Amino acid sequence: MNRASTPMLEVKGLRKVYEGASRTVEAIRDVSFSVAQGELVCIVGPSGAGKTTLLKCIAGLLAPTAGSVVLEGHAVTGPPPAMAVVFQEYGRSLFPWMTVHDNVTLPLKRKKMSAERREELVRDALAAVDLRNVESAYPWQLSGGMQQRVAIARAVAYEPHVLLMDEPFAAVDAQTRADLEDLIRVLWRKLGVTVLFVTHDIDESVYLGQRVLIMSHAPTVIMEDVTIDLPGERTQLETRSLPRFGELRKHIYSQIQIAKQGRKPAGT
Amino acid sequence: MTAPTTKPPAKLKAGMLAWLRGVGGLIGFALLLEIVPRIGLVSPNYLPPFSVIMVALAKELMTANFWRAFGDTMQAWALGLVISIVAGAVIGIVIGGSNLLRTMTHSTIEFLRPIPSVALIPLAVLLFGTQLESTLILVVYASFWQVLIQVLYGVQDVDPVARETARSYGLGTWAQIRYVIWPTMLPYLMTGVRLAAAVALILAITSEIAIDTEGLGREISQTESGGAVTIMYAYVIVTGIIGVVVNVGARALERRVLSWHPSIRLDSAEVAR
Repeated sequence: MNRASTPMLEVKGLRKVYEGASRTVEAIRDVSFSVAQGELVCIVGPSGAGKTTLLKCIAGLLAPTAGSVVLEGHAVTGPPPAMAVVFQEYGRSLFPWMTVHDNVTLPLKRKKMSAERREELVRDALAAVDLRNVESAYPWQLSGGMQQRVAIARAVAYEPHVLLMDEPFAAVDAQTRADLEDLIRVLWRKLGVTVLFVTHDIDESVYLGQRVLIMSHAPTVIMEDVTIDLPGERTQLETRSLPRFGELRKHIYSQIQIAKQGRKPAGT
Repeated sequence: MTAPTTKPPAKLKAGMLAWLRGVGGLIGFALLLEIVPRIGLVSPNYLPPFSVIMVALAKELMTANFWRAFGDTMQAWALGLVISIVAGAVIGIVIGGSNLLRTMTHSTIEFLRPIPSVALIPLAVLLFGTQLESTLILVVYASFWQVLIQVLYGVQDVDPVARETARSYGLGTWAQIRYVIWPTMLPYLMTGVRLAAAVALILAITSEIAIDTEGLGREISQTESGGAVTIMYAYVIVTGIIGVVVNVGARALERRVLSWHPSIRLDSAEVAR
């Protein structure tokens, strides 16, 4: 499933330095990794690890200082049509002046397709995230969890090959968060989309990912690329109580502690 | 007798009460205008009793002359306002969208803005005499800034996350203006429109009084110089009524256009929960 000859997404020697008027800040020093087609990879790191900067560079929203991002063999120089981003701040990412239906529809207007096809995509995407009968509601009339579902539906309807998620569940309550995590696993398996999921939550990264990339403190490098050898069928109750889940979590936790102290892997 | 069932009627009652108080205030003011000339505090020659003014107003309303003047004033007001809104919105979006343009124009705008519109009367007369264009110059100059300044603030207020969302979904410049910048700016624009509508009316009347262009203002100055004080007051009262109607209209438009905005949606959101 995730063995393709050329990677879906390749990040090569990425470096990002913010040039300010009075000082320069090196946010990302040197990050390289690749994601195979259909993979679900989590990026986890301490706060201030430049996770959002990295994601914005990958999404084509921010130009890297050095290095490159290659999506399906093409260098990313601006937001690619084969990529969709789900932001943490759903309340600000969804447009309050548009209904749920119009929010999900808007990005599709860029793509050439018939009105029927567009409506079909919107309907299917909302059904896929278990939202029904809210098409004519405004986002602010919904709960936080439902709003993030709308944002996910908008991304799904866009039919991306790669779905980027920037701490999407950091602002919702624990119960809603567990539901949304399961929703992401279901969508990922059903749609076969490649997912890159940024989080600061170690448990979340282990529960969701096939691989977890551990980031160092800024200036960022990758500390370790951990393969999550948990069964493919995951449930909140059973997976999280597996001994292997505990081991992986403990390992990543200790690596993050090292990262927080500012130590980096040898050779960087 | 639970809270949800008693709350809306209580609210309705409060609104009704405020409205009644407002009407009471108006009646009190009318009574004052009636009594002051009648007991001789002010000569009825300069301020006729309210009832006398209202009778004169009713008579004026029957004349074609009144409605022609009314039409002229409203035409100048509406034309001037539309020009200001369109120009203010377009120029505001262009300037507000560019850091360079904003910093380049800032000092010029701050210099031009405080110049009172009436200071342009000699120029207007020189260019257009007593034509409609003279009134338009004054109206547009006064109300344009009201719109422009608000739009400049509004364009600055675009949420960075909303902007990045639009960019990540590949919305181009036009699509961003239409779907992100314009709706963000709309609450500011509506405030500008409300302010501009009032200022435009003031300047339309001022211009008619000072330049003698056709309209209610000219009727005010002509009846005054002709000694028809009662009719003059009738016209003054008409301008006041137009002002109230314009403001009520602008607020109704605001509520309609901005139903999604936090300042207006609060009540409906609570109902939906």
